[in-house]
Amino acid sequence: MNLFSIAGKSIRQRFLSSSLTGLSVALGVMLMVAVLVIYGIMDRVFNQQAVGYQLIIGPKGSDMQLVLNTIYRVGAPLQNLPYLYYEELKKDPRIGVAIPVCLGDTTQQGGFPIVGTTEEYFFNEYAPGREFTLRGKQFSESFDAIIGSQVHLTNGWDEGTEFRLVHGGAESHVHDEKFTVKGVLAPTGTPNDKTVFIHLNGFYAISGHDAPIREAVKRWHEFSGQPTNDAAIDAATAEWRKKCGINEADEEEEKHAEKGAPHHHHHHGACDIQKEVTAILVNMKGDSMTAAAMFSGEMKRGHKVQAVNPIMPMQRLMSDILGNVRTVLVVMTTLIIIVSGVGIFVSIYNSMSDRKREIAIMRALGAQRRTVFAIILAESILLCFGGGIVGILLGHGLVFGAAPIVQQQTGILISPFAFEPIELVLLPALIALASIVGVVPGLAAYRTDVARALAD
Amino acid sequence: MSLQLKNVLKTYREPDGNVLTVLDVENFQIGAAEQVVLVGASGGGKTSLLNVISGISTPDQGSVTVDGTEITRLPEVARDRFRAERIGFVFQTFNLLPAFSALENVLLGMSFSGRRVDTKRAKELLDRVGLGHRITHRPPQLSVGEQQRVAVARALANRPKLLLADEPTANVDVRNQNLILDLIREACAESKVSLLMVTHSADVASRFERVDRLENFNRAAGASR
Repeated sequence: MNLFSIAGKSIRQRFLSSSLTGLSVALGVMLMVAVLVIYGIMDRVFNQQAVGYQLIIGPKGSDMQLVLNTIYRVGAPLQNLPYLYYEELKKDPRIGVAIPVCLGDTTQQGGFPIVGTTEEYFFNEYAPGREFTLRGKQFSESFDAIIGSQVHLTNGWDEGTEFRLVHGGAESHVHDEKFTVKGVLAPTGTPNDKTVFIHLNGFYAISGHDAPIREAVKRWHEFSGQPTNDAAIDAATAEWRKKCGINEADEEEEKHAEKGAPHHHHHHGACDIQKEVTAILVNMKGDSMTAAAMFSGEMKRGHKVQAVNPIMPMQRLMSDILGNVRTVLVVMTTLIIIVSGVGIFVSIYNSMSDRKREIAIMRALGAQRRTVFAIILAESILLCFGGGIVGILLGHGLVFGAAPIVQQQTGILISPFAFEPIELVLLPALIALASIVGVVPGLAAYRTDVARALAD
Repeated sequence: MSLQLKNVLKTYREPDGNVLTVLDVENFQIGAAEQVVLVGASGGGKTSLLNVISGISTPDQGSVTVDGTEITRLPEVARDRFRAERIGFVFQTFNLLPAFSALENVLLGMSFSGRRVDTKRAKELLDRVGLGHRITHRPPQLSVGEQQRVAVARALANRPKLLLADEPTANVDVRNQNLILDLIREACAESKVSLLMVTHSADVASRFERVDRLENFNRAAGASR
């Protein structure tokens, strides 16, 4: 019989009080593990590993809003960029990949965000080393759509399903245009799972997604630093009308349609000057980090656009806000565990008066003072360690159980077996805590007056 | 010689500051494998005597020698070890640990001796006391007679040279009293263990050849608790 089996017997004898104190440790550890694992997952979701683009190019404004909206499809988009700028950007010899994205609409069913983009989006890795797997077909027609895995699961959509979009913004206006699902993406564990992708041309074909031509020309001139006086705008507008084969009558008719008259389809294919993109996803040639940094710096000096390394705002978010939240949660769970430790102390210490005789018997049988001290310490360690093991299992069980729900709700793919190396510190820390709380009752055992305790 | 006390004096300081002498023994001896019963009035210092002999407490002066070792010269750690290895103890209230089975109670005594825990011997001993079929029972599941028999097996577990029994039959019925007395005496005789039994029962004392009255050799008898 070793110290631990003797201590184990004593725990069993006071099963209810022991299991309750052990359970309090377990619950504290469970919370701690859940906090650590979930934070670890968040960290990976929002870090370099999660984004397959070096730069996000969008209008000047909050870089965090740009990244949250473009990559995580959270919050409202910033202003738009002219499509012509995208065309220009593509020609920049330093740029390897430039993919336009248009956001703002959602699906009527389920409210999934719509991303208008080109097929190139799916050729590019969505995260370093991870490529999209598509079941079905790529975009070929304007009204083709590809859906993320969660959209497939939640809405029950599959190849051939037709659906409509709701215009983003204050008024919930359902667009007339019907899109058809052509392909379904395999789960990626990214917000792509909860996104419906439509062909960029389809996006532009939706009524209301193209600005009136004169307005668009003016905006482009402002953006690109060309003359903005009326004469120059008029001249350019006429030129664009000619280029795109639009006459003024068409435009008038369109305006009426916008004002609530029954829609009629007018898919003339929006003129490039009228098109806008929400953001452009960019990888430099050869994925050069230096080139990306230089390009980003160059954009910073200009007035119109920003080129944001998506990692930066996310890391800021993690360290400034979520990092503090984690610290608070870790401190709170640490306190919970310490309180549980105090509970163990109280439980063992209270039992000492009942156990004086037990200890005296052991001493009479030849147990040394240090042996009975060690038995009490072992009891404290067993309770803390046992509680810790149960807590770690419960914590991972919690993550395991929550993983499918979190994935369904957020699209974040959580590995049920996610493990944080810092958990390895937990058990030694618990043993240290147990040793501290076990010392005082241990000393009471050490000091037991055998003759007196046996006589009582 | 299995046990010898020489000029042993043991005092306690009472809460009011008075010094109370409980043991004042000039000479007391038990031979090897001898069986002695000690009778005396309650408060005659019997328990104090057993505590001093077993090394649980130390006398203020004098020497206690057990099996050739003067335990009064040993530091506490060595006395504990000596007690575990050479002295068996049977208490009036059995003092079994309630969370441990009969077998585990016997093994527990072995585990403090520093020797190898011998499960086979523990089972044999329980068999010897007639409890071979109840080794997994815990004390609350055993009758008082059975509990005391487990205590006897535990006391003999480490092959002691001296068995101290403090009124071992006081809490059991007459049938079990005889059974336990016979058991202790036979087991000690078989293993050539010296026996010092304390009792206040004339009936129990009448079975022993050597009966010592505490007040005959403890000059403090009657003064202590």
